[in-house]
Formats: sequence, structure tokens, C-alpha cells
Amino acid sequence: MINLTANIAGVHFKNPVVMASGTFGFGREYGKLYDVSMLGGISGKGLTLHAKPGNPGVRVYETASGMLNSVGLENPGVEAFLSKELPYWETLDTARIVNLGGNTLPDYVLGAELIQQDDDARRLAGKRAVDMIELNISCPNVKEGGIAFGVKTPAAREVVRAVRAATRLPLAVKLSPNAEDIAEMAEMCEAEGADAVSLINTISGMKIDVRRRRSVFHNLYAGLSGPAIKPVALRMVHQVAKRVSIPVIGMGGITSATDIIEFIMAGAAVIQVGTYNFMNLRAGSTLVEELQQFMIEEHISSLDEIRGII
Amino acid sequence: MATVISNERLTDGVYHLQVEGEYGGAMGQFYMLRAWGAYPLLSRPLSIHQVTDRGVDFLYHVVGEGTEIFAGLTPGDSIELEGPFGNGFPEVEGRIALVGGGIGIAPLYYCAQKLPGSDIYLGFSREAFRTEAFGPLAGELNINVGGLVLDSVDFTAYDHIFVCGPHPMLKAAQLKAMAAEQEGRGPQVYLSLENRMACGIGACLVCSVSCRDGQRKACADGPVFLSREVIFHD
Repeated sequence: MINLTANIAGVHFKNPVVMASGTFGFGREYGKLYDVSMLGGISGKGLTLHAKPGNPGVRVYETASGMLNSVGLENPGVEAFLSKELPYWETLDTARIVNLGGNTLPDYVLGAELIQQDDDARRLAGKRAVDMIELNISCPNVKEGGIAFGVKTPAAREVVRAVRAATRLPLAVKLSPNAEDIAEMAEMCEAEGADAVSLINTISGMKIDVRRRRSVFHNLYAGLSGPAIKPVALRMVHQVAKRVSIPVIGMGGITSATDIIEFIMAGAAVIQVGTYNFMNLRAGSTLVEELQQFMIEEHISSLDEIRGII
Repeated sequence: MATVISNERLTDGVYHLQVEGEYGGAMGQFYMLRAWGAYPLLSRPLSIHQVTDRGVDFLYHVVGEGTEIFAGLTPGDSIELEGPFGNGFPEVEGRIALVGGGIGIAPLYYCAQKLPGSDIYLGFSREAFRTEAFGPLAGELNINVGGLVLDSVDFTAYDHIFVCGPHPMLKAAQLKAMAAEQEGRGPQVYLSLENRMACGIGACLVCSVSCRDGQRKACADGPVFLSREVIFHD
């Protein structure tokens, strides 16, 4: 019997395959294609306190083995999520992670407080729909907030500390590969009471339209994801996992069971799948099946056997 | 996995692809297609040209890496299809015009089959293609090469107008619809948008469309929108 489970701060993951924020909506759309309750977890579309329309102009551009995106955190806002999307999440049997972004420090705090208040009310009613908050201090596609908080450790510390104080829910902090020192950033998160760190977010990149002589993107830069960034992500997960004792949620260009195994060997507790959802609309189901098959072939009975062995 | 029945070159860069299998869909809906492994990363959205007893057809214009790979497909090759996705054109009655520009004629052939007797306006920048197929289905068939096909369409003469074509053409159709409405004889004008997409199912928000009631998704809420709903930014 193969054991695919993991546990982060008391949150049970039936397998390590978690869908990454921004690539999976809130799960409804993919839920029409396969049973998303088979997944280890879902990190929902990044939320800000108030709804955001996102960025104008071109929002996606393919690169060699990767993809640049400049969606700019288009989202319905925390309150609309709580009233319209959470009832759907309640129907799912998978770990439910709210990805929380923000433009300003008070936005992050108010967002976290709203989620906590909602969670308190649900617990009183005997329900629980949010399992974890994933604090996004690393979105490269918003002009204010986002990555501005995620590059320098002192700025990030302020956000993590304030949000930690605002919620009792398990807290993961999503780190940017553009951070000055990602391992130092992760240590700070641990010191400030984060329950996990997740990495990496997209890498800031650019595409120039040489005929029109300008950047393809309205905001000049965009976030690079996909297989192109996997080696960088793997290295950073390895570095961070050696430096912190809290669990690491690893992501970046995963498209196969062997990619998952690499991240687990580098020290990840669970992994997230992002761009691959666009390459294969049934990515989650494909990966869980492939992972089980690989573990049978390699006589691995539990991911604990190989976690962090490198 | 599906199988390519044929992939015929119609004119410079324009192909008619027939895929075998039990595929359905409504007018204006689309499929996400890929005929490669990992790269290019994204599948390509193509609107339904027609549904037949043998499968589903598409018209496409070679514009980049993905469509270049499509152009190399030969009968018997494998291709992946996901769909049908999106909300298409509505089933309507009355006086109907179908207006297509360039590769935008692709979804209108299926409309012409479903709504026989509609007046059909097809515009091409250099060379016409596939017009012979529309003829038997049309009330009146108008073909324009090198001009502006919309100039031929009297927006006050119809109850419903379906438009698919390049971005400037859609904007122009919206203006004509507004002008007709001001005259008190406005038809319901439906525009089929061709936005870049990543997932095709409404999850990634890459294909967002600014509408009067907020942001909507070209893939899931569209690609067909009432012209008065859409806000064109450029």
C-alpha cells in the first residue's frame, strides 16, 4: 500500500499534488472535467481585499518551455469569495488554501481578518471550509504591493508579522524567486510564526515586440512560469528546505511524476502544479496516477522515505 | 486523442482541418486543440466550422508556432481536442445577417447551416476562400475582397447580426450597431471575440473582456457577446 499523504500544521493532504494559485480558479472549471476532490489540495485564485480588474493588454505570451503572464491578480475580492466560492469549496474533499495578496499592509491584515471571522462563524456552525492561508507577497504583476513586499526581508517581515497576528489559521508564505535572499526570507517567515513556506512564484521576465518596438506587456515585465523555471525552483526549494524546519511547499514547472519526486527529494512536503494545468486540463488526475505508478515501480512505499534525501 | 481526416490548404496560410470522432457543439463554440507534446505549452482555441457525421471541422490561419504545426498535419495523424467550450451564438429567428472577416468566417459556416437563408457577408483582405460552401446556404451572399465588408451591411435591415473578424472590424460593427439603435431600428448584434487564452475553460483569466457589467471571460462567458456589452479599449 502506497502512502501519499502529508501533513502541514495539522492540515491533511491525501497526496502531495496541490493546484497552484492563479492556474486553477477556485476549482469549479476543472471540476467539470474530473473529480478535483482527488487532489491533495487547491490554492485558489489570488485574492485581494477589494476586487481587482487585473492588467490591461496582453496577459500571456509563450516562451521557450515557459510562459509569461501578466494577469495582475484579477479577482473578485475577499468578501465575494467568502460568499460565492466558499460554499462550493465546502463540497470538496481536499485541502482548501486561500491565497491572499494585497496592495498595502492594511489590505493584507483586513483580508486575513475577514477570512478569520468567516472561519470562526463556520466553526461555530460546525463547518470548516478554509484549511490554510497562503500569503502572497510575491506577485510580480501588480504595481503596488505584491513583489514590493517580497524582495526585501524587512518589508516582508512586517507583512508576515501583521498577518500572523490577524489569523489563527495555518499560514504558508509564498516566496518570490526575485527575493534578495530567499533562504533568509524563509528563515524570517519561520521566526515570525509561519507554518510553511511555498516557493517559487513566477520569475520576473520580459518580452519585446521588435516590430512595434515596445514590450508586449502593458506593465513591461511579466511573470515567467512553466518547465523553463524548474531547475531554478528546485535549487531554491533545496536551499530553503536545508535552512528551515517548517514544511516547504515546492513548485515551479512541474509536469510529471518524476518532477514531483525531484521536489520531494529536494525537501518539499507537498508540491504545487501551475502552468501544467494549461498544458493538460486533467493535470491533477494525470499526475496523481503517474506518481502512484512511479512509486510502485521504484518500490517507494511512502514519500517520507525520499523526502529531503539530497 | 483524435485522428486527422484531412487538412486541406485553401489559400495562402489558410487550412481546412477535419477531425474524426463524435464531437458536437453549438454555433460559435470552440475546441482547444494541440498536436504536439510539451511545447508549445498552450493548446490553441479554434472555433467550430462545422459538425459532421464523421467528426468536427475547423478553419485556421497560420499565424504562429502552433498553427504552423497544425499546417503540417496529414490524414491519420493524431490530435488532441478538448471541448466544446464557451457560449456561442444564440438560436434566433427573424432577419439574420452573418458577417465574417478573414478567418473570422470560420464559425459562421456552422451558423449558416443552422440558420439557412440568412444573408451572408464575407470579407477578405487579399483572396477569398471557402465562399463556395456558403452559397447554397445563403439568402443573399456578398463577397468583398480588399474592401470593408461591413460597409455593405445595412444594420437597420436585420433583427440579428452575427459578426466574427479582426478586432477593428468588431469595433466598427459595434459603432454601426449603436448608430442603428439611435435610429430606433437596432438589431441584436453579437460579436465573437478572438482573445488570447491559456486554459480555455475560465480558470486563468488571461482572456478577460471588459464589459459594461465588469470583467468577463472570453472563453467561458463568450467568445460571443452582445455588442453593447463589450468595452473596447483600443
